[in-house]
Amino acid sequence: MHSVVCIKQVPDSAQIRVHPVTNTIMRQGVPAIINPYDLFALEEALRLKDRFGGTVTVITMGPPQAEVALRKCLSFGADHAILVSDRAFAGADTLATSFALSAAIGKVREDQPVDLIFTGKQTIDGDTAQVGPGIAKRLDYQLLTYVSKIVDIDFGKKEITVERRAEGGVQLLKTAVPCLITMLEGTNEMRFGDMADMFRAARYPLKVWDRVAAGIEDVAKIGLKGSPTVVGKVFAPKPRSQRAEMIEVHDNDPQDLVVTLLAKVFTRHPKIEAEIIKCAS
Amino acid sequence: MSDSNDAPRKPARKKVELDPRFLSYKHVWVYIEAERGEVHPVSWELLGEGRKLADQLGVDLVGVVLGPPEARTRAICEEAFHFGANRCYLVQHDALRDYRNEPYTKCLTELVDTYQPEILMLGATTLGRDLAGSVATTLATGLVADCTELVIEAESRCLASTRPTFGGSLLCTIMTQRHRPQMATVRPRVMAMPDADASRRGEVIEHAFSIVETSIITKILQFIPDDTRDKPNLPFADIIVAGGRGLKKPENFQLVWDLAKVLGAEVGASRPVVQAGWAELDRQVGQSGKTVRPKLYIAAGISGAVQHRVGMDGADVIIAINNDSNAPIFDFAHYGIVGNAMQILPALTEAFRKHLAQARKAG
Ligand SMILES: Cc1cc2nc3c(=O)[nH]c(=O)nc-3n(C[C@H](O)[C@H](O)[C@H](O)COP(=O)(O)OP(=O)(O)OC[C@H]3O[C@@H](n4cnc5c(N)ncnc54)[C@H](O)[C@@H]3O)c2cc1C
Ligand SMILES: Nc1ncnc2c1ncn2[C@@H]1O[C@H](COP(=O)(O)O)[C@@H](O)[C@H]1O
Repeated sequence: MHSVVCIKQVPDSAQIRVHPVTNTIMRQGVPAIINPYDLFALEEALRLKDRFGGTVTVITMGPPQAEVALRKCLSFGADHAILVSDRAFAGADTLATSFALSAAIGKVREDQPVDLIFTGKQTIDGDTAQVGPGIAKRLDYQLLTYVSKIVDIDFGKKEITVERRAEGGVQLLKTAVPCLITMLEGTNEMRFGDMADMFRAARYPLKVWDRVAAGIEDVAKIGLKGSPTVVGKVFAPKPRSQRAEMIEVHDNDPQDLVVTLLAKVFTRHPKIEAEIIKCAS
Repeated sequence: MSDSNDAPRKPARKKVELDPRFLSYKHVWVYIEAERGEVHPVSWELLGEGRKLADQLGVDLVGVVLGPPEARTRAICEEAFHFGANRCYLVQHDALRDYRNEPYTKCLTELVDTYQPEILMLGATTLGRDLAGSVATTLATGLVADCTELVIEAESRCLASTRPTFGGSLLCTIMTQRHRPQMATVRPRVMAMPDADASRRGEVIEHAFSIVETSIITKILQFIPDDTRDKPNLPFADIIVAGGRGLKKPENFQLVWDLAKVLGAEVGASRPVVQAGWAELDRQVGQSGKTVRPKLYIAAGISGAVQHRVGMDGADVIIAINNDSNAPIFDFAHYGIVGNAMQILPALTEAFRKHLAQARKAG
């Protein structure tokens, strides 16, 4: 069985700060990490490999530095890694990204058929959850989003059964292989790579594909040109016009303060008092 | 939106010619999400927002209802009229009984191709994201996820969709200028719920969709409904008391519960509290948790990081308790108390208890 896992290198958004004057992201010193949601996808692919054998290929579209993220995946146990990188991809929105990735996966398929494609639920920078569905549609694979569990794979019948998180419940679905799975977070825990894999990851001759190698002829479908969405303004969330009205605590007497607060809140917002009386009864 | 690369992009040019093939695209559509006959409230919230956009453009607001051939499916159209739609496209087919990507994508794409909307909005639910991503790719048009503000740019008549990026640290405004429809998803509770008016009527247009079940590859073997007993429903709670890492110890989180009990409130939590296991995941408020819109939100020991803020700053009144007078939460709370949450919370609980007892006696 052959799984392709799409991962993305992202800035660790927990450490991102916005420049107070220019409203731009201050990237200096912000570490690049593998999109945390993608690790659930990779781990699931590795577990299937443990169960059924086969190979796991990781792929990313990104700048040359994304090599680090791919080597990390190899050290966890992925077999192959492909970096799809070309200046022509710059400025891609999700439609153009899914086009480039599906073209590259199409190339991968020429060497070895692909049974499953995995993506994360979403990225923490783009945050759209669109690239997975986009790849599936372009390759005409069945799409299974928000998968919480792979129940079974029947290789003879080329069928897969999964549990999928839906609104208000869980769907048990059966579909055909090949298909694309976007993995729900919290469904597994990334393993520690073993020594052998770490050494192999360091020496692994990474494949770097430019546009042509990825099998893309039409430049109008990639990068900025291939992106129907156009980013206009970028700005920081505006503070409320007024800061909170501060209520002082006197002599460590919370009782007094709370009385002041209640008096204010209830006189100015009588509806809230009514609401509380309704909820509390 | 830009996602592979965030090199500064040229701001949108003002004058952009729309591809002539798209000139006939008109009207604002909202996909009415219904599963097992239950409409997701986000669809009504979207109709409220869509009404404003349609009025501004001087076009119709259209609901799209897909479902099995049952009286209930048609009844959903009537409800959509109450919430502001003036027309509904109704498709009834057995293959549309439960949500599956393939028949739903085919059906919605076919409707778009046939009736050509200018704007198409969906809820950013598991269903809406699955469907929106597939339909947008099939139509090769732009899709903006998780919008928090939607306006029509007067000059171009384009939809300007604002959304948080980099985990809420920044906002950006995105437009689809050369393609139609312009697609957007919005998370539940981000937009206000409009008032229903049962006297409103509209026109139902039935569309015949043909697909044979044997051609659909994915089959639903079973649907296991969530056990909703005792499950918190934060997005729709009117009062929320939430606790953060400032409470220091899991035992202290009980103080949040105590206050919530007196107020008949739901309990919310910041992410570190959920990760530490003091509260269930369903209680996490924020960018990777729930968006809430209560009338009153009391935050104790929460710093007010953007990722938390984006989930709760739609609350009518926010009261923050924090021992650091410079905590960012005071920048957007309405009332602030600088002090130790471990003392303030019990005092609040007591004060509310007394007040309510009096109010009850009086009323
Ligand atoms: C991709 C991503 C997604 C995220 N999603 C979410 C999300 O959905 N929801 C979320 O909440 N966070 C989210 N976060 C995390 C977020 O960035 C913050 O780290 C988090 O909200 C902080 O939680 P906190 O306020 O409880 O803790 P802290 O930031 O540690 O704040 C604790 C506060 O308590 C105060 N305090 C300390 N002692 C006391 C006391 N005795 N009495 C009163 N106050 C006291 C402190 O002054 C401080 O302000 C996300 C982060 C990332 C990177
Ligand atoms: N540039 C990229 N390279 C490889 N995979 C990607 C890329 N961008 C997104 N993905 C995959 O698509 C998923 C959804 O991304 P997004 O639509 O940006 O939220 C991610 O979790 C990744 O698995």
